[in-house]
Amino acid sequence: MNVFVYDGTFEGVLTAVFEAYERKLFPDSLVAEGEMLPLFYDNLVPVTADAAKADRVWRALQKKLSPAGLSVVASVWLSEQPEAPMLLFRYVCKTVDAPQSIELNFGDEDVLLATQLARKVWKERSRIIQFLRFQKAADGTYFAVIEPEYNVLALALPHFTDRFADQTWLIYDRRRRLGYYYDLHEVREVSFSEEDMLRFCGKPDDALLDSDELLFQKLWKAYFHAISIKERANPRLHRQNLPARFWKYLPEKY
Amino acid sequence: MNESVLAKLKILAESAKYDVSCASSGTSRSHRKGSVGSTAGWGICHSFAEDGRCIALLKIMLTNHCMYDCAYCINRRSNDIPRATFSVTELVELTMEFYRRNYIEGLFLSSGVVRNPDYTMERLVRIVKDLRRVHRFNGYIHLKSIPGASRELVREAGLYADRLSVNIEIPNEESLRLLAPEKDFQSVFAPMRYIREGVLENQEDRRRFRYAPRFAPAGQSTQMIIGATADTDRDILRLSSALYRRPTMKRVYYSGFIPVNAYDSRLPALGQPPLVREHRLYQADWLLRFYDFKVEELADDVCPDLDLEVDPKLGWALRHPECFPVDVNRADYALLLRIPGVGVKSAQMIVAARRYGRVRADQLKKMGVVMKRAVYFIACRELPVQTIQELRPERVRQLLVRRPVADDSRQLKLDFKE
Repeated sequence: MNVFVYDGTFEGVLTAVFEAYERKLFPDSLVAEGEMLPLFYDNLVPVTADAAKADRVWRALQKKLSPAGLSVVASVWLSEQPEAPMLLFRYVCKTVDAPQSIELNFGDEDVLLATQLARKVWKERSRIIQFLRFQKAADGTYFAVIEPEYNVLALALPHFTDRFADQTWLIYDRRRRLGYYYDLHEVREVSFSEEDMLRFCGKPDDALLDSDELLFQKLWKAYFHAISIKERANPRLHRQNLPARFWKYLPEKY
Repeated sequence: MNESVLAKLKILAESAKYDVSCASSGTSRSHRKGSVGSTAGWGICHSFAEDGRCIALLKIMLTNHCMYDCAYCINRRSNDIPRATFSVTELVELTMEFYRRNYIEGLFLSSGVVRNPDYTMERLVRIVKDLRRVHRFNGYIHLKSIPGASRELVREAGLYADRLSVNIEIPNEESLRLLAPEKDFQSVFAPMRYIREGVLENQEDRRRFRYAPRFAPAGQSTQMIIGATADTDRDILRLSSALYRRPTMKRVYYSGFIPVNAYDSRLPALGQPPLVREHRLYQADWLLRFYDFKVEELADDVCPDLDLEVDPKLGWALRHPECFPVDVNRADYALLLRIPGVGVKSAQMIVAARRYGRVRADQLKKMGVVMKRAVYFIACRELPVQTIQELRPERVRQLLVRRPVADDSRQLKLDFKE
């Protein structure tokens, strides 16, 4: 069994592909540094991420895949699932080996899995766009906290910069401790210390909020309850459409 | 903005909730300098109410005072319900503040008829104009066009709204006259025609002048109440397919009748809103629009109503066993779409995948085909040969219709009084 140890980055996976072809040795598993190694293995190959090698693999992909196919590759990586790096590795190898693009070969298990995982990632992106809620802070900044299952905040940013271009906002991914702040001109990455985050995650202190914020939350909540038709109550459909994991950041469901 | 708005908001949302439409799709418009917001062409639902319906727009009435006395409507003038009216500033501020917090995609504004249709329509148009011109709102606006409103006002409304809609409510004119004495089909179809003409003329204009202002870019929609009158599903579907043939009609909504005015003897007494029938109609609607079915194939003179037990596509397949089994590796796309359990997405995936090699049954399952249904209608080497040809339609139907599990007499039931 061949094991490649890489640095846990996207560049690392692409470099691993390059190394595999160069050594004519294909790994059975990709292990990030610091992760547990499998019990038995024959070869342990450390892979050092190399921008030039990764770039060559990426350019090879660009030649073979359409923009949609490239988006599948990127989305699979952003899913951060344990099986994602190896799936990505196989997907890239198959692309390189095949004479024409394989992205529509849904009979192939890896292609189908990768496409479905990418679809899930994009679904999560649209969920973020749907269920993100801003609260207005006393200084006029709109802030929102989210905990997406996959690392999709970067995919959703263009939507928010377009739609909320005339207000300053801050979106914070609590699970990955990564935030983006928009100051009316550009988006910047920000991060917070643990106690700062606790102060405004969940229910922040009233003093931090704009004076009208709680009123609008109350209005929205009232609207939410008034608009539902009691005779048609359907809690199962409700939970299916609005999964419970989002509820803690939705003012209508507090 | 204060607490008094809260009471108004509750009253007017309660009055508006029976309007089904909530789509925010049909227009893609990115941010413009100096304005607020954008629209996404595929529509975004920002929340889901406890009845499972989506909340994409702030669906609200300007006022629930109404001079009409339509039997099916909660806001009819003879009902003793709390009445309220929003002021322009209140409505505009609510929309803008909700929008900035990402609660909504935009506004869906409707109104009870006050004084006369034109007066009401003029007030609606003024609000939307205010929102677009003064407050530079660039999000989605769906405006209800009042039946009987004049051509000029509908034409003006289309310049500010993304989508306009006029509700038919009752699918045949005789029943409409009976239930809503002040309305007739003419008053509903005339605004629809104005909208259509406006959109078509605008398309012509935009071909010549690139920057001609757009007119109702998301087209129009309408709504029908199901189960309030004796109309069959065939009549309803015929009307919707006739509407869909018109160029600008994007959606026909079906609303299961909820007896809001139980005292009115012109209406049927229903214990439960006909939700299954409504669901079947939506399924049939999808078949008409995306699966290339004809109304006659779904409901004909022999059985004018849709089968409540099985979905319309399965019902069609059971009536036409001669078309099956279908070989998924050879059949063309149109025939793949006819297989129960195969949807648009999986049909497209099958067509793409079989270029690379034969598609097997286990792969079909992974692609998302519902094999529970599809297995009787496809020919595939790996599957046992128990298709609809061997089993006969009656047996397939029996296998697919879920029977309620009978109560097990061995299990003691405790009778808790609530």
